[in-house]
Amino acid sequence: MRTSYFVRNPSVVIFLAVLLLFTLGVTALSDGAGNGAISTSFIKTLGKTLCLCLIAVAMDLIWGYTGILSLGHFAFFGLGGYMVGMWLMYERTRDIVITSLANAPIPPTEQEVVDAIGTQIFGVVGSSEFPLVWAFADSLVLQLALVVLVPGLLALVFGWLAFRSRVTGVYLSILTQAMTLALALYLFQNDSGLRGNNGLSGLQNLPGVSAPQSVVSLWFFWASALALGLGYMLASWVVSGKFGSVIRGIRDDEARVRFLGYPVEAFKLFVFVLTAVLAGIAGALYYPQAGIINPAEVAPIASIYLAVWVAIGGRGRLYGAVIGAAFVSLISTWFTGGQVPSVNLLGYRVDWVEWWQVILGLSFVLVTLFAPKGIGGLVDLVTGRLAPNRHGADYGPDQGALMEEEGRK
Amino acid sequence: MSTLLEVSGVSVTFDGFRAINNLSFQIGPAEMRAIIGPNGAGKTTFMDIVTGKTRPDEGRVLWGEKSQSLTRMSEAKIAQAGIGRKFQRPTVFEDQSVFDNLAMALRKPRGPLAVLWYRPARADAERVHELAAEIGLSDQLSRKSGELSHGQKQWLEIGMLLAQEPRLLLVDEPAAGMTHEEREHTTALLVEAAKTRAVVVVEHDMEFVRRLNCKVTVLHEGAVLAEGSLDHVTANQQVIDVYLGR
Repeated sequence: MRTSYFVRNPSVVIFLAVLLLFTLGVTALSDGAGNGAISTSFIKTLGKTLCLCLIAVAMDLIWGYTGILSLGHFAFFGLGGYMVGMWLMYERTRDIVITSLANAPIPPTEQEVVDAIGTQIFGVVGSSEFPLVWAFADSLVLQLALVVLVPGLLALVFGWLAFRSRVTGVYLSILTQAMTLALALYLFQNDSGLRGNNGLSGLQNLPGVSAPQSVVSLWFFWASALALGLGYMLASWVVSGKFGSVIRGIRDDEARVRFLGYPVEAFKLFVFVLTAVLAGIAGALYYPQAGIINPAEVAPIASIYLAVWVAIGGRGRLYGAVIGAAFVSLISTWFTGGQVPSVNLLGYRVDWVEWWQVILGLSFVLVTLFAPKGIGGLVDLVTGRLAPNRHGADYGPDQGALMEEEGRK
Repeated sequence: MSTLLEVSGVSVTFDGFRAINNLSFQIGPAEMRAIIGPNGAGKTTFMDIVTGKTRPDEGRVLWGEKSQSLTRMSEAKIAQAGIGRKFQRPTVFEDQSVFDNLAMALRKPRGPLAVLWYRPARADAERVHELAAEIGLSDQLSRKSGELSHGQKQWLEIGMLLAQEPRLLLVDEPAAGMTHEEREHTTALLVEAAKTRAVVVVEHDMEFVRRLNCKVTVLHEGAVLAEGSLDHVTANQQVIDVYLGR
């Protein structure tokens, strides 16, 4: 009796349906293709939120399912953004250079064009030479391949070293923080080849595309929704079968899995690299919508926020991670946007831009202490009503007597 | 008689404390053996060495017909080679169903990619049902294993060991905390298993050891003190002094 994958995982169907409705609804209300009820900048915010949901799914896979609290996944997210940003910036600057040289009396040589692009891009850091890392910047295909390869390779090397030495728990979390901090500090340097703390900018402009931002923003919104949908299906497929069984086993009792004969390190490495690749793809879609990427994006705090989203949403279930990332990051945008009126509390002015951080921190502590299942746990309340969970210790003398779960209600 | 596992001259020291001192031990391919000894005699350390959790400072641990050395192999490789281990505390995956626990232990390729593409065949489900019947958990397959009683968890773990189809079973205090009937069931399971493979049982409970009716090895201060039938070793004056007399 083989039932279809979707029948066995109804939550995937529901999730995809909600995502599709959301995408269509937003499109209908957008500036670019609908009645204009939603501004282009908010379309970009929603598109970015979908990318954050995708990296939250990756975080749930590595933390909620495999039990590895990685506090460095934004390093992979940022690297994905840098890889696509290099091509966007190079090609756009090339367009500008060619336009400005078009009126020159003698047509510029290929080398002159490249030199002019270099001067334009690296002028801010006092250089005009292309560093080695920009070797493939003129090729979209290669840079897109690097979106996957660079985070994947970094995760492979880092994970191999860490897992092979059996670094676990809080020590691994600290190592991942060190990794993302080291990357941020490296990128901050002017001679890192990625424009130091200026970062890459103007990424919202697609080279060779004359469509207005209202339309381009929709393209990226759709692409982000598609990536989230595919990433969600991939993640739920990975955790649904025996592989999911094994990684949850690793989370709960690593030594036992090892004595069953499973190479625990290889499993951890596999999940670590897979989630790094997902994070890289999410980043590559995020930063063209943000328009700018700089080293502050891969600062340690970003990865800690990621853990907070997943914890608040509910780890160990994929939709929980998505809900957490969407909910917290959208509220965050709202509070820190300066739109929320300040409150006078007994003569003290509460400015939400600053106090939001306190609320976020408090809610993280409260959720961890009192609702470890997070927002996703609310779903259990509903499904528990519909079909009571009869798995539980018998209360009565016979089978069929009230069970623990029911008796508690 | 051929040997399946040969441990010879093994020593291991933790921070100056000699947990295992020049220990030698052999077991054949279809044999039951009980290991007894006072606390700190090195019983658990012995299991750690065989399963690869602890590396010995010196000595050899040889496995199978090809006399493969286990001292350089990882825990997972040793388990794949055919050594299964049951811990003292029942360690099953409490968050997962009895079925999933058994399915995870089935002897199948263990690499990440093989596991990712693995889809349960009908034969695998049948094997899980067979095992469940053997350990008496047929009607509990869909329950979360965390909800099982202590004794049922112990059996589930023994079932998981059998699912691995190991050639050597290392069992640490299987009867601890069990009721009288539960012990009898456990004894029957182990005796049945020992017909086709080697079983090493570490146990404190003399009555349980007597019921297993097998050769006994007495450990003391990390070395073998006596070996033979239970009556033989319990008559040994040294054994009485260090262990039974207390």
